[in-house]
Amino acid sequence: MIGKLLSYDPPKSRVLGVVLAIIVLGLALAPFLFPGAAAINTAAKICIFIVLVASYDILIGYTGIVSFAQTMFFGIGGYGVGLSLYFLGPTWPVLALGIVIALILGVALAFVIGLVSLRVKAIFFAMITLAVASAFLILATQLSELTGGEDGRTFRVPELLRPGTKLLEAPLFGLEITGRIAAYYLVFLAALALFLVALRLVNSCFGRVLQAIRENESRAEALGYRVVYYRTLASCLSAALAVCAGVLSAIWLRYTGPETTLSFAIMLDVLLMVVIGGMGTLYGAVIGASLFILAQNYLQKLMGVASAATEGFPLLPRLLHPDRWLLLLGVLFVLSVYFFPTGIVGRLTQRARK
Amino acid sequence: MKKMRQNKKTEGDDMADISAPAAPSAPDAIPKKSLDLLPLALPLVIGLAAWLLIGSTTTWLTLTLAALAMGMMVFVIASGLTLVFGLMDVINFGHGAFIAIGAYLAMTVLAPLSGWVQADNLALNLAALLIAAVVAMIGTGALGLVFERIIIRPVYGQHLKQILITMGGLIVAEQLLHAIFGGDQKSMALPAGLRGAIIIGDLALEKYRLLAVAVGLAVFAAMQLTLNRSRIGLLIRAGVENSEMVEALGYRIRRLFVGVFVAGSALAGLGGVLWALYRETFTASIGGDVMVLVFIVIIIGGLGSVGGCFLGAILVAMMANYTAFLVPKVALASSILLMVAILMWRPQGLYPVAKR
Amino acid sequence: MADRIPAEPLLRLEGVHTHIGQYHILQGVEFDVPEGGITMLLGRNGAGKTTALRTIMGLWQPSRGSVTFEGRAIGGLTTPEIALSGIAYVPETMAVFSDLTVEENMILAARSGPLDRKRLDWIFSFFPAMQKFWHSPAGVLSGGQKQMLAISRAIIEPRRLILIDEPTKGLAPAIIEGMIGAFEALKRETTILLVEQNFRFAASLGDTVAVMDDGRIVHRGTMTALSADEALQTRLLGLSLDAHQ
Repeated sequence: MIGKLLSYDPPKSRVLGVVLAIIVLGLALAPFLFPGAAAINTAAKICIFIVLVASYDILIGYTGIVSFAQTMFFGIGGYGVGLSLYFLGPTWPVLALGIVIALILGVALAFVIGLVSLRVKAIFFAMITLAVASAFLILATQLSELTGGEDGRTFRVPELLRPGTKLLEAPLFGLEITGRIAAYYLVFLAALALFLVALRLVNSCFGRVLQAIRENESRAEALGYRVVYYRTLASCLSAALAVCAGVLSAIWLRYTGPETTLSFAIMLDVLLMVVIGGMGTLYGAVIGASLFILAQNYLQKLMGVASAATEGFPLLPRLLHPDRWLLLLGVLFVLSVYFFPTGIVGRLTQRARK
Repeated sequence: MKKMRQNKKTEGDDMADISAPAAPSAPDAIPKKSLDLLPLALPLVIGLAAWLLIGSTTTWLTLTLAALAMGMMVFVIASGLTLVFGLMDVINFGHGAFIAIGAYLAMTVLAPLSGWVQADNLALNLAALLIAAVVAMIGTGALGLVFERIIIRPVYGQHLKQILITMGGLIVAEQLLHAIFGGDQKSMALPAGLRGAIIIGDLALEKYRLLAVAVGLAVFAAMQLTLNRSRIGLLIRAGVENSEMVEALGYRIRRLFVGVFVAGSALAGLGGVLWALYRETFTASIGGDVMVLVFIVIIIGGLGSVGGCFLGAILVAMMANYTAFLVPKVALASSILLMVAILMWRPQGLYPVAKR
Repeated sequence: MADRIPAEPLLRLEGVHTHIGQYHILQGVEFDVPEGGITMLLGRNGAGKTTALRTIMGLWQPSRGSVTFEGRAIGGLTTPEIALSGIAYVPETMAVFSDLTVEENMILAARSGPLDRKRLDWIFSFFPAMQKFWHSPAGVLSGGQKQMLAISRAIIEPRRLILIDEPTKGLAPAIIEGMIGAFEALKRETTILLVEQNFRFAASLGDTVAVMDDGRIVHRGTMTALSADEALQTRLLGLSLDAHQ
């Protein structure tokens, strides 16, 4: 049963398996284990980013092409649902409509980008996606009548998911069961399902062809696989998954805006998560996203302490200033591309094989 | 067979006969390289279309000058990047870091020179800018050397890692700039003599834009001269086409590449100075904004082509400035549309570089 | 012929193995190129001839074995170092710089200084087209002319050894005849290692010969002996060479 759910691609190292089990259990029981708004926010964010990073890994890890437009699709999901709910009212059919619109738009855009750039050179793809994504970001901020501009849009979600809604009369294990908890479990279960779909995808015939293309493009071509077709399809599927992540993010935050969904900073975060977690293995997405978001929330506090402790040294307090946490992660990123190109999961798997 | 060989030899000895049967398939006329002029018509078409849509010649001229100034700055930044790609198949996503570093270096140099900057004397103003530009170029060139050594060299021939590593380099460089100079927005004022515009009738030509155009044209001319008239330039052009053969002729292409990389970094530094002065305020992420345009430009021009890069920069800047006036909300999207249209027409860009 | 082979050959390959990716192309190649004259390297398609030349030139690194040029091991050197030691290379693809003019191609090939007028006239005497198209971009030349340019580039300055990969491939017979004249003159001043598929061309020019098959040398000797022995030709080179004639 579990084997089938995991598409017969279980974690190949015991340590990894244990860590993954802890993460999944932690997320599943997060509202009960870590009470408080901040903790549940972090848990939901981890769920959403696991899907986003997994969608990105399908491209970068399994297909070997680099895109900088993953947050654009993330944003399309967020804006699609957000704007639908904002303009048409907070009902379930509208939510569904928003999802469908976002999926169509996202996949169509991915298709066009793939068509224009993937038949020439994979490196084109990186540059073109970067350009298109930044144009989309500016467009989203400029069309303020529709999108709310820089401020974004705050909207209401269907009643079941609203924080004010009480689902149970009495608290369960000391926890008030509100719409917020329902929303969290919606996000958690959807993320879990999407992750398993992604796992199925990369372990299908299609996924194997992608990996063959990544390993040796000309050989795959010689074997009769149309490389452009597979790459374009991969980028469309990856876009669809990122759109879904965006939808979850919008449902959870009840807000959509350029900073939280479209910005290049998020793109870099995703890049760091996928590389540090491990490219070419979806479990890397789980590890990378969890580690990164925990670090984002707690590393800064640590750095604040370190910065204060090194007061008096030249430059050191500035380097350790909480705002410079990205500096540390950037260095970690560069080092891991050099020395651990397969990331944490790759290392663990290698060790297990020995 | 033997007889024929003898024949050939006597023929060969006779130097006068240069149309010997050695090349029977050759046409009589000496072939010249067919100049591909069609893309050159694009700026004219876009300019004309914009003139018709705008309807005012003075506005159009002002916008066109703005476009040329912006185009030249983007060209200065993009030219090094495209050559580096052509020569070694290396794409540096961290190129934007040099733009920011150039701007910060210029700011640092101009601070103690504020007397010269504010003096009501154009020569002193320009001297201050020149010093700032030279220091910025030396600094970014030297950092380019380091960047090449520690960031780029270990990942030759691996595009995926290249993109990731250079992106990581960009993050680290930006964060370091924030750590050293502080994270707030910086400003760099134009020297007194370069503020304002030259008024001819009801036409206003901003002085700084004229300077930017002049600098851009000078860089373009110097590059063309180097590439076409010097041995180094010939080697670069040959290396862009077939670096392996350049090595087989006995040249160390690595040195050539490091040289081009350093020059490209220095030019990005210069571009950063120009761009920061143009915008007058900047942060460490100044590079990121320009890099989007730079990537569009080198894709449009054809990766590796300096001429294409020049043309592409002008085209993108024209589109950006005209649409910013006509339909301001879609300014950057217009560049994307331009890029998509050009790639539909020529999938390798306007002037694709012949590769082995 | 044997008396012309000095004790120390100009170039010697001993047990050379070359891997390209996961493919084991050269599997212990052994042969000598004696000083002076033309050594022919023959063999079927895919026998490893081009890989052998590229390995000598340092464009592939040998994974095992030694390459000795003028008594000096050049196996681990870089391509420019090998070129500077006096080896010129004419690849199968010719690799002329099509964006550069014929003149600019030659300027780059003459790395020790300005073009030597007398030497140039000597080259024009074999390849008059080079003079005619002196200022034309190499990209507009015909296939035969590109081949001439590639060879001219290799001989614009005297080199100790010239590696030439299938110069006759795809060329019209008249052009091949012209090329034979050039090689005849050339072999009086330098040593040539020539990869060939065209047996008649090889037989008319070659002094010594080595035959490759499946990444190994299967025969070494003089060209005269091989030309005379048709049974040996058939056994070594099979039908593929006949087809090329």
